[in-house]
Amino acid sequence: MIVREARAMNIKAKTNAISWAFIAVAVIMICAFYFYPMIQALIMSFQSGTGTNLSFVGIDNYTRLLTDSTFIAALKNTFLYLIVQVPIMIVLALFISVLLNDKDLKLKGFFRTAIFLPAVTSLVAYSVIFKYLFGTDGLINLMLLKLNLIAAPIQWITDPFWAKITIIIAITWRWTGYNMIFYLSALQNIDGSIYEAARIDGASSITQFTRITVPLLKPIILFTSITSTIGTLQLFDEVMNITKGGPGNATMTLSQYIYNLSFKYTPDFGYAATVSYAIVILIVIFSILQFKLAGDKNG
Amino acid sequence: MAKRIFIYVFLSIAAIVSIFPFLWMIVSSTNKSVDVTQGRLLPGGALGENLSKVFESVDLVPALLNSAYISVTTTLLAMLIASLAGYGFEIFRTKAKDTVFSILLLSMMIPFAALMVPLYRMFGSISQTVPVIGIDTISSVILPTVTTAFLIFFFRQSTKMFPKDMLEAGRIDGLSELGVFFRIYVPTMKTTYAAAAIITFMSSWNNYLWPLVVLQSPEKRTIPLLISNLGSSYSPDYGVIMTVILIATLPTALVFFLMQKHFVAGMTGSVK
Repeated sequence: MIVREARAMNIKAKTNAISWAFIAVAVIMICAFYFYPMIQALIMSFQSGTGTNLSFVGIDNYTRLLTDSTFIAALKNTFLYLIVQVPIMIVLALFISVLLNDKDLKLKGFFRTAIFLPAVTSLVAYSVIFKYLFGTDGLINLMLLKLNLIAAPIQWITDPFWAKITIIIAITWRWTGYNMIFYLSALQNIDGSIYEAARIDGASSITQFTRITVPLLKPIILFTSITSTIGTLQLFDEVMNITKGGPGNATMTLSQYIYNLSFKYTPDFGYAATVSYAIVILIVIFSILQFKLAGDKNG
Repeated sequence: MAKRIFIYVFLSIAAIVSIFPFLWMIVSSTNKSVDVTQGRLLPGGALGENLSKVFESVDLVPALLNSAYISVTTTLLAMLIASLAGYGFEIFRTKAKDTVFSILLLSMMIPFAALMVPLYRMFGSISQTVPVIGIDTISSVILPTVTTAFLIFFFRQSTKMFPKDMLEAGRIDGLSELGVFFRIYVPTMKTTYAAAAIITFMSSWNNYLWPLVVLQSPEKRTIPLLISNLGSSYSPDYGVIMTVILIATLPTALVFFLMQKHFVAGMTGSVK
């Protein structure tokens, strides 16, 4: 009896050990390449010095953030992209997905594939293409001039205002189709009879959109706005390859600033880590905010 | 009727704007640099010339090989690690494992920009003891990107639909737990693996920031580093650069068109 119980225990312990073995590698890798570096970064954010010569400076790095004009410029740019670009993109993606969900629409497959296509391109490749398209002598200016829409070429890359617009246009081009696919697959799960009933009740297309589609898609809209926010806060590839953060700091993002602090200027890893914690804090705040804004428990 | 017309016009404009940069890239790869700057939008006859210039002056083949090696290795390792974990979390579910799982999910909130400095220093110190996985090695590019909480989550979600009876049948037939996983689970989950492999391959192939930080010697350059480098030259040969971008985009475009369904499933699967 005791022997049998011991054996059963033994087997149980063994399966338990095996079950942990299944997840062990993943857990170790995530700890080693996400959590351990984050702890290192936290420690580094209280240190300063050049290269590997770091010494503790208390909260000096954090107070430096408040007076650092490049950091403030990067923060402002990031907020501009968040406030202007993310809503434009989400509304556009929602609108396109609703049009595409029409069952009588012809060429649906073509439209869907075409609009989704930008989402499969490499960020670097499309950034370089956009840089050339929007160059002062680039194709966009040539076409606008030929159509007599503008009198002189627009400084898409070298003017502080237009450079921001160029970045916004580029990101919107790249990610609208990506977000659209999420809405489209959610729309396909909505029961068509709901719209049928609404139509019988005399609801217009706009009412159907605001009263049926948007509320039903709320979880997906929340999901895409969180991923877009996180993506915007991490913006790097486009800015690095289209404007290099310039002119001046006009398009500088937080990620680009961290890169410059660590690998372009005299390396100050401690301060770079402090800036990176600023991004982490922003991501946490925005995610909580968006959950709160989305309202109710199931939001 | 007016509404119909509006829908078609709107979608056509959206489609043209989306495709235009691709068309321009393809057309420009067949034109000379001078013609590209003059805004030529018709295909020319300079593709051959551009191609031979690419192979003469740009280290495209080594970059392609580096990218291919990194992306394939990353994808294979990622599939193994993430599916084992996703399966483990779902099939051997306990309270303790659920807690571990939620902690792992937190890593999805960590921006890579915050990781790159400590990771760079980590690999810097590894360089001194184990140079093969230190800075400026292919392994240092692969290791931090192989395991993502997103993929583990993705496999766990898909495992929820898996018929558990099949696993029990395998155990009764005398298969070990690993045997059950490799002989029963893996073969039945082919579409999940396909979707996961595509998104992993694409993001690895296009990864820019980490390779930029960690790879220093020119002969180890990946495709995005090469394109970025060409794009920032002061006197660019547009025809040549567009040809390079075209060749570099072909593998991902091919994967996309051949496996579009899996691709979309991979992207949206996690939020269903």
